[in-house]
Amino acid sequence: MIGNLPFVVCMILVALGLWTLVAKRNLIKLVIGVGLIQNGVNLFLVALGYVRGGIPPIYTLAPAGAPMVLPTPQALTLTSIVIGVATTALMLAFAVVIYRHKGTLDARKVRELRG
Amino acid sequence: MRGWLGVAAFLVAAGFLLFGAVALRPFGEPVWAEMDEHFNRFSQPEVAANNAVTAVVFDYRGFDTLGEATVLFAAVTGVALILRKVGK
Amino acid sequence: MTVVVRTITRVLFPIALAFGAYVIMHGHLTPGGGFQGGAVAASALAMVVVAFGAGSLAKRKGLLSGLESLGGVAFAALGFLGLGVTFFANVLAGAGGLFGNPVPYGPNPGDLNTAGTLPLMNWAVGFKVLAGLGAAVLLFALFGGEHDR
Repeated sequence: MIGNLPFVVCMILVALGLWTLVAKRNLIKLVIGVGLIQNGVNLFLVALGYVRGGIPPIYTLAPAGAPMVLPTPQALTLTSIVIGVATTALMLAFAVVIYRHKGTLDARKVRELRG
Repeated sequence: MRGWLGVAAFLVAAGFLLFGAVALRPFGEPVWAEMDEHFNRFSQPEVAANNAVTAVVFDYRGFDTLGEATVLFAAVTGVALILRKVGK
Repeated sequence: MTVVVRTITRVLFPIALAFGAYVIMHGHLTPGGGFQGGAVAASALAMVVVAFGAGSLAKRKGLLSGLESLGGVAFAALGFLGLGVTFFANVLAGAGGLFGNPVPYGPNPGDLNTAGTLPLMNWAVGFKVLAGLGAAVLLFALFGGEHDR
C-alpha cells in the first residue's frame, strides 16, 4: 500500500468530497464538495502517467538519457479542468439566482418541483 | 433513518474507492504504453513541436479540444442567460 | 477600492497581460499553451474588475463577445486547412512556409518558427478562453452589484 500512496491520497480526496455532498446542506458547501471531487479525479489522472525516474515530455533543453513521462493523461486532464470550470460557473450562477428569489441557501427549503 | 442510510452508502462507496486504489498496478510502471511511446518518439518528426503534450492536445487528439472549446462556449452562454436583468 | 489597490492594479495589468501572451505564444516549446495562457490573462481582467468595479468594463461587453466568437471560429477554420489529408491535419509542419522549420531530433534549444498550425491554434484558443472567463467574471460582478450601490 505504501507504493500506491499517490493513488490512495487521490481517492481520499474524492471520498472527502463525497462526504461533503452527503452531509452538508448549504448550497455553497455543495459546490465546494463537487470541486473537491473534480480535483481528486484530475490528480489521479495525472498520477496514472508517471514513469519511474521520468522527465517532462518536452525536448527543449531536456537532460539526455532519461525516460519521458506519458503525455496523454496530461492532455485529458487539461480538458477535464476546463469542463470543471464550466460546471462550477453554472452552479454558482444558479446559487446566486436562487438566493435572489428565495432569500435562503438551505438545500432543503428550495424544493419546488412538486404538484 | 435517512441519515443512517446516507452514511452507510457513503461508507460502501469510499470502501470501493480505497480498495480499488490499493489493488491497482504499482505506481510508476505503466502497462500498455505503446501509443504514448509513439507520441513521444514521433512528435518531433511529424508535428515539428518540442512539446509532446501540446502536440497531443492540438494535433493527435484535436477533436477533443474542439469539443472542449464548444463546452466552454456553451457554459459562458448559459451563465449569460441565467444572470440577466429581467424587466425595465 | 483604496488608492493602494488601484495604483498596483494599474502597474500590474500590462505585466500580467504580457505574461499571458508569452505563455500562449511559446506553447509548442515550453509547458503552457492556449488554455493556460488564456487563464493567466483572464486573471488580469478579474483583477481590474475587483479593483475598479464592474462599471469600468461594462461598455466592452460587445468586444468580449466578439473576441470569443472570433477565437472559436478561427479554431474550427484551422481544422479545415488540411482537408486534403484529413480533418485537423498539420500541413504547415516542416513545409518551409509560415511556422514551417523542421526540428532536429533530441534535446535542443527551441525555435519559435516551428510546429505548423500549432501556434495559430494556440492563439485562437487563448483568445477564446480569455474572453470567455473574463465575460463570466464581468457578468457575476454586474449582476451582484445592483443591491449595494
